[in-house]
Amino acid sequence: MSNPQYMRVRHDMPPGHVRTPSYLRGKVGWIERTLGPFANPEELAYGRNGPALPLMRMRFTMSEVWGPDADPPDDTIDAEIYSHWLEPVEPPHAT
Amino acid sequence: MPHDHHDHLSPSGHPYRPDDDHPLTYWQQMEIAVRELLIEKGVTTAQEINAQIDAMDARTPSNGAAVVARAWTDPVFRSDLLTDASAATRAMGFDIGPMKLIALENTPDTHNIVVCTLCSCYPRNLLGLPPDWYKSRAYRSRTVKEPRKVLAEFGVTLPPATTVRVHDSTADMRYVVIPTRPAGTEGWRADELSKLVTRDSMIGTGLAKTPGAL
Amino acid sequence: MTDQSEPFSGRRWHDMGGDAAGEIPTDQHDFSLWEKRVDALMIIASGKGHFTVDGLRRVLEDMGEDAFETMTYYERWIMSVNQNLIEAGVYSTSELAQRMTEVAARGATYGEAASE
Repeated sequence: MSNPQYMRVRHDMPPGHVRTPSYLRGKVGWIERTLGPFANPEELAYGRNGPALPLMRMRFTMSEVWGPDADPPDDTIDAEIYSHWLEPVEPPHAT
Repeated sequence: MPHDHHDHLSPSGHPYRPDDDHPLTYWQQMEIAVRELLIEKGVTTAQEINAQIDAMDARTPSNGAAVVARAWTDPVFRSDLLTDASAATRAMGFDIGPMKLIALENTPDTHNIVVCTLCSCYPRNLLGLPPDWYKSRAYRSRTVKEPRKVLAEFGVTLPPATTVRVHDSTADMRYVVIPTRPAGTEGWRADELSKLVTRDSMIGTGLAKTPGAL
Repeated sequence: MTDQSEPFSGRRWHDMGGDAAGEIPTDQHDFSLWEKRVDALMIIASGKGHFTVDGLRRVLEDMGEDAFETMTYYERWIMSVNQNLIEAGVYSTSELAQRMTEVAARGATYGEAASE
């Protein structure tokens, strides 16, 4: 894959209804594909309807999420993360 | 006539859940009341509720199996399915409602498995309602951390060189796995191939059956 | 269940990805009529804009871990569907209360109570 775009999932722990799994918060992955825009579930859950947001299919390695002992480290986890939960980062391994 | 369902299995071989002839529960009382109020308020009708139940009952893993078998035999359809699975399944005639579907293709190098850690999102409008284990704490908790151990519990052991990709259905998309076409099925028609495609193989916790297993 | 000895990190009970857990259960049951009706009410009422699947999940999550452990799937769903419909103003708590009492008076089984 050429020039994957790396992003870090924000390490926030708000109360209420959110769709960003905690095990991915603070973790760095790359955009597998961009989806949406979709309405924000954090608004929809409370009967509001804010502006639609891009939704990123993020891909993470097992070792990024669970540490170097993850077995095997190159297996991956994909998850859909709304854009307001993502912040750009440099690639974790400079080439 | 009251009788004990516990001694009996349904046509699918599973026990019946206590229903009509068991004591009314608080939650059943609520379901009846909510349903009647929704009908009286004009939100829905008894006919519409029955039609919705019939529509869900008509959605079964055999629908997905037909999609997979066609992808195995029709390269243009396979390409369409991987590009936009919602559009491709609708074009095949399946009523998937508003569901946004992504098809994940297994290859000799890659095995895909689907979970929803936050609740139990599932491609229900194609495959029908999910199996109970899909909604269990154990499956939701463990699959993202130790997918190969989970797969082993389902009887699937993959070569170390195969990459496992776990897909956590966290938001708007739903996922269906296209299992690898079994060896020894060259020349089979799609309707024959579809018999090899199990529900679990489309979740990723199983493989398609081999011809000898039919 | 959550380890109560640890300080609260903010992680909520339903957010269980990565937790240690036992073997995957293999029990399976067929859905009964009342469960299918709950499912249908959710699809119809949300499809008509009275609430969203996110509202359904929000209430399920707020019900807490004890509900997850002690109630069945569709018991939790009807509780959440009802909560969302009351919040949306489709009917009032008073209307629900009176109807539930009427329903219970019809008979001792679901079959009897479900037929007016």
